[in-house]
Amino acid sequence: MTVKIRVENLSKIFGRNPKAVLKKLEIGITKEEILKKTGNAVGVNNVSFEVNEGEIFVVMGLSGSGKSTLIRCLNLLNKPTAGKIFFEGEDIVKYNKKQLRELRQNKIAMVFQHFGLFSHRTVEDNAAYGLEVKGVEKEERLRIAREILETVGLAGWGKKMPHQLSGGMQQRVGLARALANNPDILLMDEPFSALDPLIRREMQLELLDIQDTVQKTIVFITHDVNEAFKIGDRVAVMKNGEIVQIGTPEEILSNPANEYIEDFIKDIDRSKVKQAKHVMFKPSPLILHKDGLKFAAKEMETQGISSIFVVDRGRKLQGIITIDDTIKAIKKGEKLEDIIQQDFFTIDTETYIQDLLPMAIETKFPIAVVNDTNKLEGIIVRASVLSGLV
Amino acid sequence: MDRVGPSRSCRKGKSRTLEKHIDENEVILVEVELISTSYNMNAFPDFFKLEIGKYVDYFVKYLVHNFSDFFDVLKQGILWAVINIELTLQWLPWWLAIFIVFLLGWKINKLSSGIVYSVMLVCIGSFGLWELMMSTLAIVLTSVVISLLIGIPIGILMAYRDKLETIMKPILDGMQTMPSFVYLIPAVIIFRMGKVPGVFATTIYAIAPAIRLTNLAIRGVSKETIEAARSFGASPWQILLKVELPQALPTIMAGVNQTTMMAMSMVVIASMIGAKGLGSEVLIAINRIDIARGTEAGLAIVFVAIIIDRLTQGIAERFKLPE
Repeated sequence: MTVKIRVENLSKIFGRNPKAVLKKLEIGITKEEILKKTGNAVGVNNVSFEVNEGEIFVVMGLSGSGKSTLIRCLNLLNKPTAGKIFFEGEDIVKYNKKQLRELRQNKIAMVFQHFGLFSHRTVEDNAAYGLEVKGVEKEERLRIAREILETVGLAGWGKKMPHQLSGGMQQRVGLARALANNPDILLMDEPFSALDPLIRREMQLELLDIQDTVQKTIVFITHDVNEAFKIGDRVAVMKNGEIVQIGTPEEILSNPANEYIEDFIKDIDRSKVKQAKHVMFKPSPLILHKDGLKFAAKEMETQGISSIFVVDRGRKLQGIITIDDTIKAIKKGEKLEDIIQQDFFTIDTETYIQDLLPMAIETKFPIAVVNDTNKLEGIIVRASVLSGLV
Repeated sequence: MDRVGPSRSCRKGKSRTLEKHIDENEVILVEVELISTSYNMNAFPDFFKLEIGKYVDYFVKYLVHNFSDFFDVLKQGILWAVINIELTLQWLPWWLAIFIVFLLGWKINKLSSGIVYSVMLVCIGSFGLWELMMSTLAIVLTSVVISLLIGIPIGILMAYRDKLETIMKPILDGMQTMPSFVYLIPAVIIFRMGKVPGVFATTIYAIAPAIRLTNLAIRGVSKETIEAARSFGASPWQILLKVELPQALPTIMAGVNQTTMMAMSMVVIASMIGAKGLGSEVLIAINRIDIARGTEAGLAIVFVAIIIDRLTQGIAERFKLPE
């Protein structure tokens, strides 16, 4: 994984004489005191992080936590007061106007909370805006715009005006406008916050679908924990202009850095964040096909379990046998093949606990977690499903 | 003058009749005198005089004296524009002009509007004021064009620079509150009598809404929309021409409407300095106390104003952006 954006000690202070305020911050005067004394608002305070290529990096925080200020620093809509932003190894804070325009035209695009569409232009002219700024010929840019509109599910809407579209569709236009430039980085500033919950969920899934095909590096801002954990590969939690914790959703859930984060994640539906791989335990005990029934019976007895998975040498899953069947078979002189069963559930490692719940209720065997070559990765019993929910 | 007369006569009357009987009228007269004497005691000191008027006078004279060549060129330019516009308007056959207005009214507003405007024009023609109307229109058009050419860029600059806005706002307020007659004086001094000072005074009077509404319009463009344009690497010019001005157009058009209406009202006054048109008819009617002539000219002005207002408003309405 290569690092796409590296932010070092970034600060943004609004108002007069920000450099002097920066010094005050360094000696430990708080944001509130500064606002009272000098009237300067501290948007972002000494923030450092990295964004990897192709990941969705979510910045989450309540309103006023500085997340929108932070994302606007990344394309220099806000000029940082201090700090460096490396994009592919170059510090873009030092860019002059021309370099900056080129960066914005080619490498980095943004989607806005209230869409920021041009109400005097048609949908396709909106989508083609970035290309128009770049100086792409009219026919060419409209062709690309129509193509992108199709990708975001707006084929045939190109000649309409933005106000004729619903909120969700308008944000699709916003997304298309950003994608049309084929940028490396997509900045999304609370793109779904203005949409109603149903549409929001739909758009989240769609964004993940689109991301599967376009594979952009995305910086995504939200105030909604569930949204953050749903779409984020990694999440940074912001408070008072500082980053409190960075990690994968699971890391943050299982290791909250402090009370603030604990508070934040209290309401989160863990079944939608935790996956099979987070709650499964190591696939043991197991028996190999050649081990024979007696060994299996002994293994189950010593472990105190009522069933056991059978695998081959490559740990490929073959089936499951129960203790009752095994004892009967030993008495009758049957072989392992005769009693091996297949009516258990198999899932992959990325299955959410939410989807596991009905299986856990129904099954009488443990649930087998396998990878795409049917290799057994882990085992989930009912108790581990429950443990994943707290 | 009226007040001084009786108060003086009452002074004599008072001494004569004070001990005899005092009727109601005289009580009032005494009160008037008391007020006027107390007023004199509290009068603003004579020695403190700020003669702004004089300085403005010096300034205008200085301008005339030192920049007469520039003003001559300006005068020739404005005159050329007014005369050519007027010639074009006069060249139009009356029926064609009425038909054009009918079409505009129909297309911009509705059929009935077109018919009403045509009837109004026919009325003006039947009053025998057709040519004067065209003269008035020529001055209005020239003034409006000049107002917009100067006003819109100033408005844009104002929207970009907060300081300029702070300076311009009170000036614009002043320009709009100042009695419009006042503008006639420098206009006459600089350009003497005729159409050109008429255009000059009208422009000064009518430019304020063009500036004000352009400023308001540009400032009113959604911040996020501008941010979006910037985030795609648009240059300041691209943002102005392709985002801000189109977004601001509806409000700017409202400014055009207001400017036109103010120009129309000023043109009537400008007739006092020899800008021939419908206004001069009113002026003549006042001088001769000719009710018939005054009524017709007044009606003609109202009709022209209504037509211009409705048409420009209709156009402004067309430019309105849906939310």
